[in-house]
Amino acid sequence: MPVTKTDAAPRSPARRSAIKTLAAAAAGTASLPLWARYAGAESAAPIRIGFQMHATGIGAAYGRWYDRTTRAALRLINEAGGINGRPVELVTEDDGTDPKRGAEVVEKFASLHRCDVGYGTLFSHVVMGSAPRAGELKLPYFVVSEGHHVASGALNRWTLQPGITDVKSQVLAMAPFVRENLGRKVTMIFPDYAFGHDHRDFFSEAIEAQGGEVVAKLAIPPTETSFTKYFAKIPRETEVIYHVMVGPSVLTFVKEMGEFFGPSRPEIFGFIDSLESVDLQSPGLDFLEGTYFWEGMPRYVQPDQTEFDRHYRAAIGIDENGALAADPSDVSAYAHMFGCWETLYVIKAGMEACGYRGPDDRAALVEAVEAMTEMPLSNEHPQGAKLFNGRTHQVFGPQYISKVENGRLVVQAETPIEAGFYPDEVDYTTQSL
Amino acid sequence: MEFGPHLMLAVLEGAVTAAVLALMASGLSLVFGVMRVVNVAHGQFFMLGAVLAWAVSSAVSSALGGGAFGFVAAVLLAPVIAGALAVAADLTVLKRVGYDPERTIVATIGLLYILQQAALMTYGPEARPVAPPFNDRLALPWVAFGPEGPRLIWPWGLSITSYKLFVMGAAAAVLAGLWALMTRTGIGLVMRATQLDRETAQAFGIPVERVYAGVFGLGAALAALAGVLIVPIQQAHYLMGGDALLLSFIVVIIGGLGSLGGTVIAALLIGLSDGIVSVFFSPTLAKILATLLVALVLVFRPEGLRGKAAR
Amino acid sequence: MRGGRIIGLHLGLIAVLFALNFLLPAYSHGTVARVMVLATYAMGYNILFGYTGLLSLGHAMFFAAGMYGLAMPMTHLGLGAGPALLTGIGAAAVLSLGVGLLALRTRGVAFMIVTLMFAQAAWLTILLAGRWTRGDEGVVIPQADRVLLGLDLSDPQTRYLAALALFSAVLFGTLWLVRQPMGRVLVAIRENEDRAELLGYDTFRHKLGAVVLSGTVSGAAGAAYGLFFGYAGASFAETHYSIFPLLWVLLGGAGTVIGPFLGTLFMFYLIDLASGLTPAYMLIAGVALVLLTLFAPQGLAGEIRRRWWRGLP
Repeated sequence: MPVTKTDAAPRSPARRSAIKTLAAAAAGTASLPLWARYAGAESAAPIRIGFQMHATGIGAAYGRWYDRTTRAALRLINEAGGINGRPVELVTEDDGTDPKRGAEVVEKFASLHRCDVGYGTLFSHVVMGSAPRAGELKLPYFVVSEGHHVASGALNRWTLQPGITDVKSQVLAMAPFVRENLGRKVTMIFPDYAFGHDHRDFFSEAIEAQGGEVVAKLAIPPTETSFTKYFAKIPRETEVIYHVMVGPSVLTFVKEMGEFFGPSRPEIFGFIDSLESVDLQSPGLDFLEGTYFWEGMPRYVQPDQTEFDRHYRAAIGIDENGALAADPSDVSAYAHMFGCWETLYVIKAGMEACGYRGPDDRAALVEAVEAMTEMPLSNEHPQGAKLFNGRTHQVFGPQYISKVENGRLVVQAETPIEAGFYPDEVDYTTQSL
Repeated sequence: MEFGPHLMLAVLEGAVTAAVLALMASGLSLVFGVMRVVNVAHGQFFMLGAVLAWAVSSAVSSALGGGAFGFVAAVLLAPVIAGALAVAADLTVLKRVGYDPERTIVATIGLLYILQQAALMTYGPEARPVAPPFNDRLALPWVAFGPEGPRLIWPWGLSITSYKLFVMGAAAAVLAGLWALMTRTGIGLVMRATQLDRETAQAFGIPVERVYAGVFGLGAALAALAGVLIVPIQQAHYLMGGDALLLSFIVVIIGGLGSLGGTVIAALLIGLSDGIVSVFFSPTLAKILATLLVALVLVFRPEGLRGKAAR
Repeated sequence: MRGGRIIGLHLGLIAVLFALNFLLPAYSHGTVARVMVLATYAMGYNILFGYTGLLSLGHAMFFAAGMYGLAMPMTHLGLGAGPALLTGIGAAAVLSLGVGLLALRTRGVAFMIVTLMFAQAAWLTILLAGRWTRGDEGVVIPQADRVLLGLDLSDPQTRYLAALALFSAVLFGTLWLVRQPMGRVLVAIRENEDRAELLGYDTFRHKLGAVVLSGTVSGAAGAAYGLFFGYAGASFAETHYSIFPLLWVLLGGAGTVIGPFLGTLFMFYLIDLASGLTPAYMLIAGVALVLLTLFAPQGLAGEIRRRWWRGLP
């Protein structure tokens, strides 16, 4: 991945639309006199955000959308005068979705590119591999991973997750809905990954607290490409199937589940991770009609769409079905990528709160973010109002439960922030900076 | 699910895996047997087949308005394109390194990177499906022994799709064709002669370099065909070649070098053991045990199931 | 006389690396430290592949055995860094002995496949034991625990010198080994195993020795990697971490002492610099590999040996 500035030429497929928005942005800023654009800044040198992007490897489908969201947010931030009057520059490095390369990229941000912060990592194992180096190099490291690693206390004071909720909180909020509306006896199907184990442990506990029961837990090895043989292990008494899969085989998984059950399926509840970036109209997915999904943020425009969602969609160039307006077959990672947008605005707010001037103020930035609490629903937080916990470095927010109706996801319920609360497992503020 | 129907389902699923694996591995076996080189990029030709299947079928469908045409066009075109690419790679690189085993490994790792990156840049990181030409769910019966004697029942979940049956049939037909090509035709004779002794074959006027290029191309085409057949079941993804390579590599060695029959038997062994072991254990443990089982076959029968000692 | 020159060359390399500790800018300083640990892995691989002629496709399991052999007791038993380093190396030694006893019943390509499959099983076992290993996500080894003999390994200087110490020990160990009777027998096995056997050498025991040595050195590199960089994860046990040392050794020059280091360094900077030029850096890496096989078939050190210095060990 090259070192690219925010306004560098975009890469293919979205090229045409991106060039159009780019031209508009350039015209907008160029019409101002130079001094007015970043007026009042002590130094006009740009703030540099190191973007650890999954451009290749298993996370590439997500990485592309994290990149598009990031660029859109930074374009708006720069148009509105940057941060503390300084322009913001994006330094993108590909981590290959690999923990070893991730750690190297963090070193590159801190030592070579002189970035002010590191940002944007999704896959948990890359976060785990990179965070120790970020801590040693004292580089504020803002992850957008939805892993429980930050709040579990496994990481360090320099690692924060202020833009997306963690899996523990998501799962806790889902259990009451599943129990009340879908059924009592649940079979869970998940990847044999730490991410899947988190789902297994947190959900089993939560559903039991609701008076439900997990009757079978099927951990699927990550190399698997055919799933039918495992569906046979689903107990007949199962009332609800709970699925969450990741990786390139997810579509096979969902399709074979449909073929296995044929006309007589139990209720099905899945995490949209199983179908993120996948068109619900794809061949073989028609059996999903009437099943339920967790969504981080509703992919399809809902009747009660907020003006903030409208603003957010327009900025990235996404249509009402959650696909690229310029290419409707290019479906976004809508349930996760808002985390990038919101994290960048948290970085901005944190830098403004501490009067951030340069790398010497990195510790002050971490403290400024730790001091944050409420984040109201707004253009900066289009997914919903949030509450940040400065001790655990983790944000909490609403979750959405949608049902597939006529091939679209229609929101059935929005869980309140409190539904995802759990006792603190760490207090990072006691660690030294 | 009851034990009997569960086992039958696992066997059927294993057979589908085995069919695709046999097709892909026969290509690798051919290259390995005749040319004595390991083509690390073999999995990428499998991926290429799947990706091309998506490209061809979506292009044809948008031109002719859907139907099975797209898939038929993909079956015909994708292997040819992949094969041509492999021939080009053979002539520009492998021929020039003299088919030295170690240099070929590095060169084909290079080729692997090139193909993978090219797929990422043109096709993108998503997994994309191709609609199967037909895909009916066929519920299967099971014989249950009740108090009033045996009777047919239709267990919950016991089924297969017509497309999966087609994949098994198609793989069997292609393998039979390959076997006929190797044993019944002049081309096959030339290939076998080259495999047996390169120098002697050359002395008898066999154009060894052209045979090599052809074999490399044919091997890649078989992998690509496997990719086309699997894509309506599994979707195309630019990273799908890695695990496929490992599995077919294993099949080739277990089967015994250059033995087509051995390759088919090994593919069945691996596909079925993977399915059957999964009935008895939790999924990941089943994978571990199936892997170790196959490894131990090799440890205690190092020459493979058929064929001579792998040296 | 030649011996002196050879020792001089390798001492020179160590001296240069030592001097670089004070000269390199921060990023390259960290990078060279990492490359030295990975080159140690490649040197371990080279003992088996370069000198004994056995191509393993499963060395990631030894690297991971060292890494988890260190990380698990540290995480769950509160073991200190010093003893944990030993348990890591010990775990790799035991695993390589077991794998060697089974896999050495096979030869050639069958050996490649058996090692590959054992490594696949080892990787899946790490995932299966997710309760302790946290599967793919892995475990972070806290900074406070990474103190060896009173030295804080999260400090860049200390880490660099510790990596250099490990690298030097294995470099000179390999140099010593290839000049011992044991090393000569290994080369004889590589050149012609049947003849070595006819000459009365117990080739199985020598090969087993090579597997254990190679696996243990690889495990030491894995343990050191975990300790120096604070993370142990299942991705290090995946197949491509078995292919990397093969690639590094082939690029640097199989069967040379200095080759693994050159190959590792070259590959790292090839990817790192190419990724600064284009997002399609793997394309550049691929083309570079193809060109290298065409124009420097013996690897970098092999090319030096062929052109300038036939006696390079």
